[in-house]
Amino acid sequence: MFTPVQFFADFLTYSVFYLSKTSRLGSAVNFFIFDSIKIFILLLLIIYTITFIRSFFPPEKTRKILAQNKGKTFVGHILAALLGIVTPFCSCSAVPLFIGFVEAGIPLGVTFSFLIAAPMVNEVALGLLYALFGIKIAILYVVTGEIIAIVSGIIIGKLKMEKHVEGYVYELQAAADLEQQKITLQARLLDSWRFTFDLLKRIWLYVIIGIAIGGFMHGWIPAGALAQYAGKNNPFAVIVAVIIGVPLYSNAAGVLPLVGELTKAGVATGTALAFMMAVTGLSLPEGILLRKVLKPKLLATFYVIVAVGIVLTGYLFNFIL
Amino acid sequence: MVLKILGGGCKNCQKLYENTKEALAKLGIDAEIVKITDMMQIAKYGVMRTPALVVDEKVAVSGRVPSASEIEKMLQK
Repeated sequence: MFTPVQFFADFLTYSVFYLSKTSRLGSAVNFFIFDSIKIFILLLLIIYTITFIRSFFPPEKTRKILAQNKGKTFVGHILAALLGIVTPFCSCSAVPLFIGFVEAGIPLGVTFSFLIAAPMVNEVALGLLYALFGIKIAILYVVTGEIIAIVSGIIIGKLKMEKHVEGYVYELQAAADLEQQKITLQARLLDSWRFTFDLLKRIWLYVIIGIAIGGFMHGWIPAGALAQYAGKNNPFAVIVAVIIGVPLYSNAAGVLPLVGELTKAGVATGTALAFMMAVTGLSLPEGILLRKVLKPKLLATFYVIVAVGIVLTGYLFNFIL
Repeated sequence: MVLKILGGGCKNCQKLYENTKEALAKLGIDAEIVKITDMMQIAKYGVMRTPALVVDEKVAVSGRVPSASEIEKMLQK
């Protein structure tokens, strides 16, 4: 599929820029051109497809399904984690969504399963993981993200922390189900395109910078060079990766191309996956927003449980991969 | 007519505000557009995904940014 892109990259590098095929600069420039085009084509396709699918699963529908299953807690957790993949989610609406779920009688733990899965398994993460690491890692990411969401939600449910939700959440009389708005297929396709375009416009520079640094490393740092520092044998690598990942929320797009290159240089795959999950799943801005509805103890519990889950996942994959 | 834009001030909310203004101008309606950024108030409308457009206390759209012409049609009803 990308043969023409490689052809174009070769043409630009060796014929237009007239760089030598054996030089480091030539190799780095060639890699940069090829990777940039390839990644943007894949991102466009994946983000567009996921956005379109998500337009059929508004949060109102998800809430209805979860509310119908509120008696069956275990099923509820699984449903919540699965619906987290297909329901459009933005951390900017995390608060009204949380209130909407709690008001509908959805158990707190199930609500958390959703709140953990939705941002972690998102269109940008999936698009980039697929583009940079291939389908196997992308699927692995989805499956482990789901398991973390289900298990963390179950633990939060078992801890019975309902009293650590700000009191007014239960008192607030939110309007009942909104009337489902009819959206034409044409509007859906157009909406999805606008969303994809806006998103790419917002992240393209970070992606390019990430690829550029990756291209630089590709030319100068030999494969495997970092293995002794961040490979499987360094027990602290996963924890450090998670700690670095949390504040990087808005830059996920720029960080991933770099991580892709780092794994080639010897950073273990589990470490890279844990890093990615920390970037998407534990965002600082979302935490600040959620503080409006969660008392500090519950907020901290939520972060600690998810962080531990991510770290364990990292170790597991370093062990088995 | 009172129009309300619900949203925490993200880019989409701004876009919805502009589209609504455009629709009002086209229809020649002189209505007030109020921006609601308080999450509690947003939740009270039953909205779980911003931005949302509220026309006379009724949620007309939520979770997406309709074009100006789409809003025109909603307002004409």
